[in-house]
Amino acid sequence: MQTLRSRRSLLARLVRYSWVGLLGMLLTACHTDMYNQAKLQTYEPSTFFADGRASRPVVAGAVVVGQDEVDTFLNTGKIDGELVDMMPFPVTADLLARGQQQYTIYCSVCHGVAGLGQSAVAERGAIVPANFHQQRLRDVPVSHFFDIITNGVYRGDPTKDGYQSMFSYASRVKVEDRWAIAAYIRALQLSQNATVDDVPLDMRDQLGQ
Amino acid sequence: MGQIFPRNANLLIRLSIFAGLLLFVELVLILGVYFRSNYFRQINVAVEQPIAFSHQLHNGVLGVDCRYCHVSVDKSYFANIPATETCMTCHSQIKTNSTKIAPVVESYNTGEPIEWIRVHNVPDFVYFNHSIHVNKGIGCSECHGQINEMAVVWQEQPFYMGWCFDCHRNPEQYIRPRSEVYNMNYVHPADQLQVGTDLVKQYGVASKEQLTNCSTCHR
Ligand code: HEC
Ligand code: HEC
Ligand code: HEC
Ligand code: HEC
Ligand code: HEC
Ligand code: HEC
Repeated sequence: MQTLRSRRSLLARLVRYSWVGLLGMLLTACHTDMYNQAKLQTYEPSTFFADGRASRPVVAGAVVVGQDEVDTFLNTGKIDGELVDMMPFPVTADLLARGQQQYTIYCSVCHGVAGLGQSAVAERGAIVPANFHQQRLRDVPVSHFFDIITNGVYRGDPTKDGYQSMFSYASRVKVEDRWAIAAYIRALQLSQNATVDDVPLDMRDQLGQ
Repeated sequence: MGQIFPRNANLLIRLSIFAGLLLFVELVLILGVYFRSNYFRQINVAVEQPIAFSHQLHNGVLGVDCRYCHVSVDKSYFANIPATETCMTCHSQIKTNSTKIAPVVESYNTGEPIEWIRVHNVPDFVYFNHSIHVNKGIGCSECHGQINEMAVVWQEQPFYMGWCFDCHRNPEQYIRPRSEVYNMNYVHPADQLQVGTDLVKQYGVASKEQLTNCSTCHR
């Protein structure tokens, strides 16, 4: 008798407390460890490094894969230390289109879409960007533009109040695109000083339409 | 001693069981609505940043292209937040005396990054990729709204799975010519379906089966 009684009450107790298990199942849905996993995504803060950055700054002296040949004409625009009026690859319509796109993103902000040095930023007065249609810049070799994009323009004496007048765009514009922009600036210069003689004979009658 | 509860109290007890069940269902519904609400997701809530940087001024008024700052948006999965040097290309000379610019200059001189507050974030179990969207003609404004009019950035879309699917099932309703991707004021033409279907073909957008495959986003 005794044993039967106790067995029944065990069953009853199990049934009575089964809701604890149900509650437990509800709680399992509250996990958030998949939302924020143990990996670190770009810009996620890290407690591992002293400065708290998960994305590490480039180690000094690191060489980017494929950029080990830094001394070539392609990467410097120079042959024997001299800027040369030459492109490292042929200029095609596609290249000029690419140059126009990149110029519009990175250069037109200051130099203006036509390269006249007029833009919303220049209007504020603090920055005086160069006008690409001055005689000096029309005479420079095309690689001068490549050189300026790569190194920027520095004014004055570094020991006194010298300053970076135009910053380098090397970190944001890749080498091929810098050449494309250089070619596009040349095209801009030609466009501002074109005469009727530059137009092919069979297309002249379309002028003025 | 007489009975404390009259006989019909049994009915009350039974009713209260139903009421309890109903209450439970209501609670679940209320919680469901709460967790899907814009309030919970902080949609349309402006996020205060350590520096009063304004997209409305820089993009809307000055016309600086998104890619001038978010350089990697069309090259990688990630749209980078600009380095301090990018700000300094202008602010080394513009408004150098402004107190609002002072933290930028300090960051540039010390190398300590500016701690921007993150606005958009999908869970870690979701893979998102910017370059594929941007290069297949999905404009920034489709997902981020009119950034060019925001003095402070806020999230405009909820980024639910259903929201992603809405477009992945019908990309032709949202696609635009590549040249218009960075144009925040783009308005879809009246014959969007016709234009969109052509663009989907022209850009070789992946099939709907592929775009709604679980492993596209959960990998
Ligand atoms: C933040 C504004 C700004 C942007 C953006 C900018 N520049 Fe400049 N640039 C200047 C300023 C200012 C000068 C004048 C420097 C001086 O003479 O002190 C200048 C000068 C130049 C010069 C003339 C250098 C010389 O020989 O005197 C060239 C060429 C040039 N920039 C090309 C470019 C190209 C190409 C781009 C796009 C990749 C670009 N710039 C983007 C501000 C800018
Ligand atoms: C002058 C540089 C600059 C330009 C141009 C710019 N942005 Fe930004 N953007 C920033 C900075 C800095 C932040 C981080 C601070 C913030 O969220 O306001 C940011 C943040 C954002 C964010 C929020 C990121 C997050 O935390 O989730 C989005 C979305 C965004 N930008 C989209 C755009 C779009 C679209 C354009 C082009 C219309 C654009 N940006 C142009 C500098 C720029
Ligand atoms: C293309 C040039 C350019 C770039 C790049 C740029 N700014 Fe500006 N910024 C300006 C101009 C121009 C103004 C307006 C100055 C004025 O009101 O006359 C301005 C104004 C500001 C102001 C308001 C200053 C004040 O006192 O009202 C802040 C803050 C600011 N910028 C932050 C930033 C940050 C942060 C970045 C980098 C993500 C950045 N800017 C990148 C050109 C630029
Ligand atoms: C298909 C929708 C979509 C489009 C189009 C889109 N974004 Fe985003 N953007 C997102 C999502 C989703 C996130 C959050 C990503 C994450 O958490 O990893 C995000 C995040 C960002 C961030 C924060 C940094 C990051 O990558 O997480 C920036 C900045 C940004 N977007 C800028 C842009 C710009 C600029 C464009 C247009 C060239 C653009 N986005 C187009 C959906 C989109
Ligand atoms: C407005 C339309 C639109 C929205 C919204 C959208 N997508 Fe897409 N998505 C596309 C298109 C178009 C493609 C390109 C398909 C192709 O051709 O590969 C794509 C492709 C992708 C890919 C494939 C990338 C690859 O490398 O194969 C992923 C991942 C993706 N989207 C994730 C998302 C996520 C996550 C969201 C929601 C946060 C989202 N998308 C929202 C239109 C959209
Ligand atoms: C277009 C991209 C995309 C595809 C394809 C996709 N998902 Fe998702 N999924 C998401 C996003 C974004 C979220 C995060 C939503 C949120 O933030 O609540 C998500 C969340 C989820 C969640 C978690 C929901 C939660 O709130 O915890 C599950 C489960 C899930 N997805 C299953 C699937 C399954 C099954 C498939 C295949 C039929 C699939 N997903 C295909 C984008 C996608």
